[in-house]
Amino acid sequence: MGDIKQAGRLRPAPENFLSAEQITAVGSGRRDFLRKSFLAAGAALAAPLAARAADGDPDILNLPPWATSLGLPVATNPYGMPSKYESQLLRRESPGLTRVGGASVSFAPLQGLFGIITPSGLHFERHHQGWHDVDPAKHRLMINGSDPAFLKKPKVYTMDELMRLPSVSRIHFIECGANTGLEWGNVAVPTVQYTHGMLSCSEFTGVPLKLLLEDCGVDYKKARYVLAEGGDGSAMTRTIPMEMVESGEVFVAYGQNGEMLRPENGYPLRLVVPGVQGVSWVKWLRRIEVGDQPYATKDEAIHYIDLQPSGLHRQYTSIQECKSVITTPSGGQTLLSPGFFNVSGLAWSGRGRIKQVDVSFDGGINWKTARLEGPIQNKALTRFNVDWVWDGKPAILQSRAIDETGYVQPTYGQLRKVRGTKSIYHNNAIQSWKIVEGGEVSNVQVL
Amino acid sequence: MSRSCKSLFVFALFLAPTVALAFDHYAGVGRQATPAEVKAWDIDVRPDFKGLPKGSGNVERGQELFEEKCASCHGSFGESNEVFTPLIGGTKPEDIKSGRVSGFLTGDIPQRTTFTKVATISTVWDYIYRAMPWTAPKSLKPDDVYAILAYFLNLAEIVPGDFTLSDKNIAEVQARMPNRNGMTTDHGMWPGPSAKKGGIGNGGVPDVKNVACMKNCKPEVQIGSTLPEYARTAHGELADQNRSFGPVRGTRTLGPEAAKKAADAGTLELATKSGCMACHGIKSKIVGPGYNEVVARYQGQPDAESRLVAKVKAGGQGVWGNVPMPPNAHLKDEDLTTLVKWILAGSK
Repeated sequence: MGDIKQAGRLRPAPENFLSAEQITAVGSGRRDFLRKSFLAAGAALAAPLAARAADGDPDILNLPPWATSLGLPVATNPYGMPSKYESQLLRRESPGLTRVGGASVSFAPLQGLFGIITPSGLHFERHHQGWHDVDPAKHRLMINGSDPAFLKKPKVYTMDELMRLPSVSRIHFIECGANTGLEWGNVAVPTVQYTHGMLSCSEFTGVPLKLLLEDCGVDYKKARYVLAEGGDGSAMTRTIPMEMVESGEVFVAYGQNGEMLRPENGYPLRLVVPGVQGVSWVKWLRRIEVGDQPYATKDEAIHYIDLQPSGLHRQYTSIQECKSVITTPSGGQTLLSPGFFNVSGLAWSGRGRIKQVDVSFDGGINWKTARLEGPIQNKALTRFNVDWVWDGKPAILQSRAIDETGYVQPTYGQLRKVRGTKSIYHNNAIQSWKIVEGGEVSNVQVL
Repeated sequence: MSRSCKSLFVFALFLAPTVALAFDHYAGVGRQATPAEVKAWDIDVRPDFKGLPKGSGNVERGQELFEEKCASCHGSFGESNEVFTPLIGGTKPEDIKSGRVSGFLTGDIPQRTTFTKVATISTVWDYIYRAMPWTAPKSLKPDDVYAILAYFLNLAEIVPGDFTLSDKNIAEVQARMPNRNGMTTDHGMWPGPSAKKGGIGNGGVPDVKNVACMKNCKPEVQIGSTLPEYARTAHGELADQNRSFGPVRGTRTLGPEAAKKAADAGTLELATKSGCMACHGIKSKIVGPGYNEVVARYQGQPDAESRLVAKVKAGGQGVWGNVPMPPNAHLKDEDLTTLVKWILAGSK
């Protein structure tokens, strides 16, 4: 607790007169900033400080530079960036997880995000053979059939053409099938960024794939499977059932959170397959093939297969089942002091809408239903919040989501009983955060 | 138009949207792909070998190609675990008979390799052709892929050393794949129709069933696992991965000493990336002055930081001799400040 700075709290102790930043400034010998602000307040440097502290919060009593000087003009930053005070929240890699940056993962900093939309610059990354900034003028989408009988006319679309077509905008979560995969056997990583950070949620804009397939004259009776293929080096491929396409849910997206997709997320075109693991949301999408059987591609026959205790691998596991996690407070954080907290987290289900989220503060003995922030959307993140007064004693926080099918997020014990510990993929167990006296939160697994 | 004709016309209009309306519907949008275009991009190979190009390649040629193009990452025998997980290993001759890798049944399998997992040989052919070698994907010809795959198959003791793999005999090799019976689709996680309805899996029935109990749900809390101490510090300074304000702080896991070390290492990397270290040593002159000399000159000067920032940005000549320092306008202001602070603090 010794390192925690409680700037802004009103305390009589004179050392708290200076803000954390000012203390650092003094420590480093950089007194010019202080001198300026105090001279402006008409005060001499040292003596009056203690006297003034009794009057109130110096951050109120001494007007800050931003209240007493001219600010910057418009368009100083033509593309706006987060405040310099937000530099801690970044996509980060988990050391030792992978050995090649081009076939790796960076995790989204869920511990510091609000609501349900992931800022595009913090969207998690998973590349299979590195990423490129693809020239949209040279990008094409081809649609063909594994057999000429499945499609009347194979076609090619440019971005110009795709962006003329009727569009939809929908908010969906995307979660890597291997999210929380490090934790199947035991606790392995310290924070929610690394346990659950292969999860993001955006508003995507694009054209329903159904519309394109019908424009090519697809024969739905014969073509029951769809292959999606990327335009990058890995030319990544995945099989999707035609039923999902026919439902209108699957779309080719170019927009993300109001602007174009980011290069790391598939610029200029990616597939959106709501509720299905991220690997099927093929980035830099160059080709769609309709066929009459699944394709057993590398990422559905060598990777993204789930080893079961029987020694068999489950193949074509695609749906991300109902899951939730508390993001504040979470592992690697320390609570400032006992008292009131808004406990907040995320819930989602690949099978539809979230119906309910319950939160436990005693490791799952008793539960309290959390508030869901609406509108609650289909296959999108749902933010939940619940009031809590921490009494300063040890606690174990958990969240448990229920989706509209009635499915209740399972415990580690329940999951392992069926799937063992070597599955890697599709770990949707209830996450537990243990809080000790002193406020440090750490990752534990409750069976 | 007679009454009956009219109703026929109306009937046809109703039918139209489902039958013909959507096809070629968007004037000026999309065009027919040429056969050459489809051929250029339609490279997928299915488990029934639809899409497999004709061709062949033998083990010997495969070994040559593998050594030349693949071994630096995968090891000469596909055994390397340095860059990627191993391709070969963990399969036994009896697995070829059963089609189940016995290590998965006995638990005696230290690491899953490609050949312990993959059930379909088409998958391997397809993937090498579309994505390998790592830095030059799609540069291999079909015959190269046959040869490299023949070499793999020989390493995995599926085919003999004098084997030639081709589109003609690949189906026979499929019948010898060690884990060909090792997959199951009996689960509820396929988002299409069930196997009974001609699709895959059980139609979405979950394999676990939790109950939403609310009060006194269990007598005690059983902790299965806690964060090991090494894992607490393996992800860097957690204090620096959280906001510096708000209801919580990141827990300080490394301590100020180690955090500074980590930050310094980051700055050295920044200095290297920015090209500084090509001309400056930390403790010695290279082309320009060593950082120790810079510190000595500017020590105690109140405006050292701002002056140095300006100098690095604009470049200059004369202060340290006649070799000019080029301007560094490409450096971001915040990086420049970080670098100058680091230099003045002793650049450790």
